[in-house]
This record gives sequence, C-alpha cells and structure tokens, in this order.
Amino acid sequence: MTAYLADVAALTRKDLLVELRSRDTVPAMLLFVVGGLVVFHFALADDSSRLASAGMLWIALLFTALLALVRSFVAERDEAVIDGLLLAPCDRSAIWLGKTLSVVAFLALAELVALPAFALFYEPVTWELVAGVALANIGIAAVGTLLGAMAAAARARELLLPLLFMPLAIPLIVGGVGATLAEDPGRYLGFLALYDLIFAILSWASFEYVVTE
Amino acid sequence: MIRARGLGRRFGDKRVLAGLDLDVGSRELLLVTGPNGSGKTTLLRLIAGLIVPTAGEIEVDADRAHIGFLAHEPLVYRELTPLENLELYGRLYRIPERRERIGMLLERFGLWDARHESTAALSRGMLQRLALCRTLLHDPELVLLDEPFTSLDAAGSELLLDELTDDARRTIVVASHQPERLGDRPTSRLALAAT
Amino acid sequence: MSTSLRNNGAALLSVLAAGLLVAGFALAFFWAPEARGDPAFRIFYLHVPVALTAYAAFGWGGWKALRLLWTREERYDLESYVAIHMGVIFGLLALVTGSVWARYTWGVWWTWDERQLVLFLVLFLFYSAYFMLRFSTPPGPRRARTSAVYALFGVALIPVSFLAIRLAERYIHPVVLTRDPKIENEMLVSFFVCLAGMLVLAGALYLVELSGKRADARLRELRELLT
Repeated sequence: MTAYLADVAALTRKDLLVELRSRDTVPAMLLFVVGGLVVFHFALADDSSRLASAGMLWIALLFTALLALVRSFVAERDEAVIDGLLLAPCDRSAIWLGKTLSVVAFLALAELVALPAFALFYEPVTWELVAGVALANIGIAAVGTLLGAMAAAARARELLLPLLFMPLAIPLIVGGVGATLAEDPGRYLGFLALYDLIFAILSWASFEYVVTE
Repeated sequence: MIRARGLGRRFGDKRVLAGLDLDVGSRELLLVTGPNGSGKTTLLRLIAGLIVPTAGEIEVDADRAHIGFLAHEPLVYRELTPLENLELYGRLYRIPERRERIGMLLERFGLWDARHESTAALSRGMLQRLALCRTLLHDPELVLLDEPFTSLDAAGSELLLDELTDDARRTIVVASHQPERLGDRPTSRLALAAT
Repeated sequence: MSTSLRNNGAALLSVLAAGLLVAGFALAFFWAPEARGDPAFRIFYLHVPVALTAYAAFGWGGWKALRLLWTREERYDLESYVAIHMGVIFGLLALVTGSVWARYTWGVWWTWDERQLVLFLVLFLFYSAYFMLRFSTPPGPRRARTSAVYALFGVALIPVSFLAIRLAERYIHPVVLTRDPKIENEMLVSFFVCLAGMLVLAGALYLVELSGKRADARLRELRELLT
C-alpha cells in the first residue's frame, strides 16, 4: 500500500514538475477560461439572470478542462515516454491516479482565477458553488484521464477526447449548475459525489486495460 | 529465460511476426538482425511485455522489475533534468540506495556534469547515454537493446560494450543493424526476414 | 457456435420474430381497447418495446465487453460491437418513434420534458462516440479492450444519466406535459407480445450481422495467409 502511494506521489510530482517547467497548460487554461467568460457576455443577450450566468460558468469550466485533458497525455504520447512508465513495476492504476491528481491541481489553479473573475463579471460566488466545482474537478479529472488514454491510441486524438467526454460530462453539468442554483444544493452535491465515486472507481479499475498495447 | 512458440503479432491487417520459435537461456547474448520492418522492435517489445502476442505464446522468466529495455526513443522527460529523470525511475523501480546508484551511473556514462541541465538541451549521443542509465538503473537480469549503437559515439559504444560484458550474470538481447560492433560476443543469433 | 447452426438460428429467430410482431400488433390494434387520454397511444406498442430492446442490446454489449476483459478472448469484441450496433439502431428508432408520439400527443417534434426521450438522446450520443472511437483506433487487442471499457462506462451511465435528468428538471422548471392513459390488462398482454417480438427480432439481426462480420474477418485472415 505504501509502495503504491509512493509510486503515485512520484508520478504526480513528475507531472507537476513537467508543467512547472514547460508552463504549457495552466497559463493557457487561465486565459481561456477568462476569455470564455468575456465572450459569453457578448453571446448572451441578457446575462443578468443568475440562471444564464451559472450555465455559462460551467460551460467555460468544462471546455477549459478539456483543454487540460487533451494536453495531459501529449508529452508521453508524442515520444512514447509512457512506455517508460509501463515498463516499470508499478501498478498501471497508479499512473492513472498520479495523472488524475495532477489534473485536479491544474483545474484548481485555473479556478482560482476563474471564480474571482466570475464574481467580478457576473454573480457572487457561494460556497455551494465552490464545493460543486471541487467535486466536479474530481469527476472531470478521473474520467478525462481514462478517456485521454483511450484517445491516445487513436488517430484524431484531440477531436476524439471531447467527443467521448461530452455525454459523460452531462451529469457533472447538472450537478454543478444545480449546486449553484437550486434551493437544495446539498442534493446536487451529493449527486456529484456519487458520480465521482462510481466513475473514479471504474476509471481506476479499467485504466490498465486501456493504456497497454 | 525466454521461450516463444509460434509467436506472431499483427497490427491491423499487417502481420509483422509469424510463427516464431525462440529459446534463450539465461546469461546468453542473443543478436537479432534483419532488415527494416522485419519485426525486431516488435519482438523486443513482446519480450518486454509492452505488447501482447496475437498468435502463439511467449514466456519470460523475469518480471518488469528485472527487465531493462533500451528502446528506440530514450523514454525520458524533456522538461526534467537527467538527475530528476533517474530519480523518478529510481523511485518507481524501488532501488535501494537510490542516490548512490544514480550518481554512479551518471558518472560511469559521463553525464555527471550535465545532471542538472534540461534534458531537452542534450545532444543525441548524451540522450542515448541517459537512456542507457535508465535501462541499467535497477540492475536488470534481462537487458533488451533496440539499436543501441545508432546514436552513440565511439566512446559511448565502448562504455556500452564494457557494461554488457562486465556483468556476466545478465541475459542480453540486442537488435542491431551493425552486428559487427558486437564482434563474437553473441552466443546465438536470430535473423528475421521481412514479411 | 458453428456457422450453419448460427445461420439456422438466425432464420428461426426471424420467423419467430415475424410471428410475434404480427401477432402483437394485431392484438394491439384489434383486441386491446383504445386508450382514453392519449390519442396517439398505439405508438406505445412500438416505441416502448423498441426502447427496451435498445437497453437490452446495450446491456448485452456490456456483458460481452466484461467477458472480453475477463478472458481476453478476441471473439467477444465482435459480439460486443454488434450488440451495441443493434442498440444504436434500435435507439435511433426509439428516438424517432418517441418524437412522432410527442408530435401527435402535444404537437411538438421534441420535448425536453419527456425523460425517457432525453435519456435516449444522451445514450445515443454516447454510443455514437463509441463508433467514433472504434473508427479512429487501429484494430487489435488494444481497440478491443478500449471499446469494452467504454461500453461498460455506457452501462454505468444509464442510471446516472437518468438521475441527472430528473435532477435537472428541478431547476429547469419544465412546462408540465402529461399523458395519463389507463392501462388495462389486454393492453399489457399485447404489449408483452410486441416486446417479445422486438427482442427476438433484435436477436435475429444480431446473429445475422455477427455471422456476416465473422465471415469478413475469416476472409481477411485467409487473404493475409495467402500473400
């Protein structure tokens, strides 16, 4: 067990370090999500409604997440570096967990900017919204990492990942928007937690089938 | 150490290997030759366990922790330094006395001075040496080398040959275009034909 | 299963399906009473069996996918794929019949308030992506395993999506459209006959497509061996 966690820690550390050095993904995410929020102002005729702005925030977060997910496997895919990880004696699911944790970190960083921007441009941010975002992060990262590995073997990878992800993202959107808007956000937060539980376990268990040749 | 019967692998409709029988005892040095596309890399990947056969079977008496694979690509992270790369693999392979072993290998392959540089800045020869360090880091029983001499300069090749013959405990499989580099070290040879 | 048995099986099932469907629709139109409160109710005998058959096909595909991952035997890949193909075809039919039903009951071609319909739309999207995945990935053990995992995710998605759609209604403030027919026993019997017929039809089509695809694969294998 400790060996497993040590592997995960080493792998997460690797992903974070790589991102720190290359600074590819997070700055792009920050700009993209803020840019998205600005575009939405012009896209919606009436953005003063709470309903509209909540929806826009979640869409912006979803697409920003897709950006991060597409990137998360790029380096390893392009130069087959993932073979190095697959040769190592660590459990394949540890690779999934390490990556998922780093994606959660990137999403959190992007939201540190996105949420204040949202509060500035549209609506104040409630703690339910923050909780919803935190829970959704887990679901997005968990499923996205698995789908990323699936798409890595395919031809039109950057197109395939969003395609595979969209239907699976719908429950997350419902949970997130519900947590933001509804009178009983607890129910939606609970639903997000359920989604996270089910799909994180599924992703964790099936990663090895998807990442090996 | 390695046993294969009727080993075959296809990619889509293309058969790269077919009906291969193989027996490699421990401490042998097998040289695999053949033209491009004859399946040398595929064979090594099958032995390493990176891919599974689509026909026949293969048995290897070493698990992942005891196999070292020098692949076509160096399998290192460009954004990290050589030291950081080996630290990562050192952790994943659970090497005892990690620091010392890494230091020793970096020194042996002339990378000690470059250990804090970005791997992206290394020359191809240096990169290949780093890949060798990665391959040998965990002191594997079974070493698989895919075209090891292509990117290495003369000094690097010498180091590699020394390393290979120094430790007679190892079983080695080398796929190479340049069999003459190995002289008469190989104990057996396998020539693959293009399919 | 030998080819001849499968071919005979498919022929047998086709006959059985035809029989059941004809009987079912006859019962539905001539024996079961009219449904009060729902003018276009008869579409129910087509739409719901089709929908349930689609679910069954997805479930069957998921089961085969699980077998693939468990045993690593390649044949399950094709079986899973064909089952899901059936599911998507019947799913599309369910969407179409559902849409027609909506048109005749409420005058609109689509409504977001019909939960089953929305669920089907989500699943249809999901399993269409399944085909994109297969299309873009080079064939081999990896594609088989990846498809299987995705198929299993689809099965998990069914209840989760349904829950999501219900939860979404609470903040979307739907216009409440109802249809409220009284279901009587004769209707139930006719329904079950139609359902049985639809399932058998799906089974027949499944066997036909499966043997066709297997023949294709054998042909390709033989061609490879000869070159």
